[in-house]
Amino acid sequence: MSEPSLAIRKFSDLANPTRFLALVAIVWPWLAALTVCLFAVGLYLSFASVDDYQQGQTVRIMYVHVPAAWLSMMCYTVMALSALGTLVWRHPLADVSAKAAAPLGAGFTLVALITGSLWGKPMWGTWWVWDARLTSVFVLFLMYLGLIALNRAMDDPTRAAKASAILILVGFVNIPIIKFSVEWWNTLHQPASVMRMDGPTIDPAFLWPLLIMAVAFTMLFFTLHILAMRNEILRRRIAVLRRHAARSAGEAA
Amino acid sequence: MSHAFYVTASYIAAFAVVFGLVLWVWLDHRARHRELARLEAAGIRRRSARQENAG
Repeated sequence: MSEPSLAIRKFSDLANPTRFLALVAIVWPWLAALTVCLFAVGLYLSFASVDDYQQGQTVRIMYVHVPAAWLSMMCYTVMALSALGTLVWRHPLADVSAKAAAPLGAGFTLVALITGSLWGKPMWGTWWVWDARLTSVFVLFLMYLGLIALNRAMDDPTRAAKASAILILVGFVNIPIIKFSVEWWNTLHQPASVMRMDGPTIDPAFLWPLLIMAVAFTMLFFTLHILAMRNEILRRRIAVLRRHAARSAGEAA
Repeated sequence: MSHAFYVTASYIAAFAVVFGLVLWVWLDHRARHRELARLEAAGIRRRSARQENAG
């Protein structure tokens, strides 16, 4: 293809997978470099910050636990928007986006669950309780695994895309449940201390490292997401090429 | 167990999962790239690539 045809002039041009691949090739090294820089600063601040007067140094678990928990919900929100793109606008890359995001969402949710458990033991005296927040996040993890399994169980990507999109949208009801579970029910998990209507209640000494780590995790997600989307586009191209080759071989025989 | 144990275990677990995700994306890309190269070597190409070669 000639160079001008790959130019991205408007947002809808990204619907062309070839254009999207060209954009990913340009963008991903910058995103990766930004992610590494943000993690370097975030990790330095995390370990240079003071200990909490009550929690001691276990407050440092917050700098990985909270961003991972935020991303577990953001990733599912990205998947829900992609599901809308599949069902409403039939955007060619929407299903690719949802499929590529599911393993990433499962990974970040797993980090949130493991680090939450490791924080819970010294602070609450238990690794796990079946309270509303912990249970709803565990359900989110199972939903990610279910969506990965569903995508792998179907050979036809179009059929898998529709089924996944419906399941993703139905499962989206869990996201507000996770967010507001600490307000709606009496939970061992503490209520929100950063994203509140009356502003953060956390001291700036802890807030800054937390925010920088959150941005670093978010950049990591977007870097891995566009790279996983690139892999999925290549996988589909390979499947199409194999089908064409098989058809040509059949016609020649 | 000391608090340091819980902090260290948390960071190791987070690093292990993130490293796993990066490794998955990288290995998947390498495998797809090789698969495409094998198909191309066997003369199986996309229509646009065939047109480019003809032009």
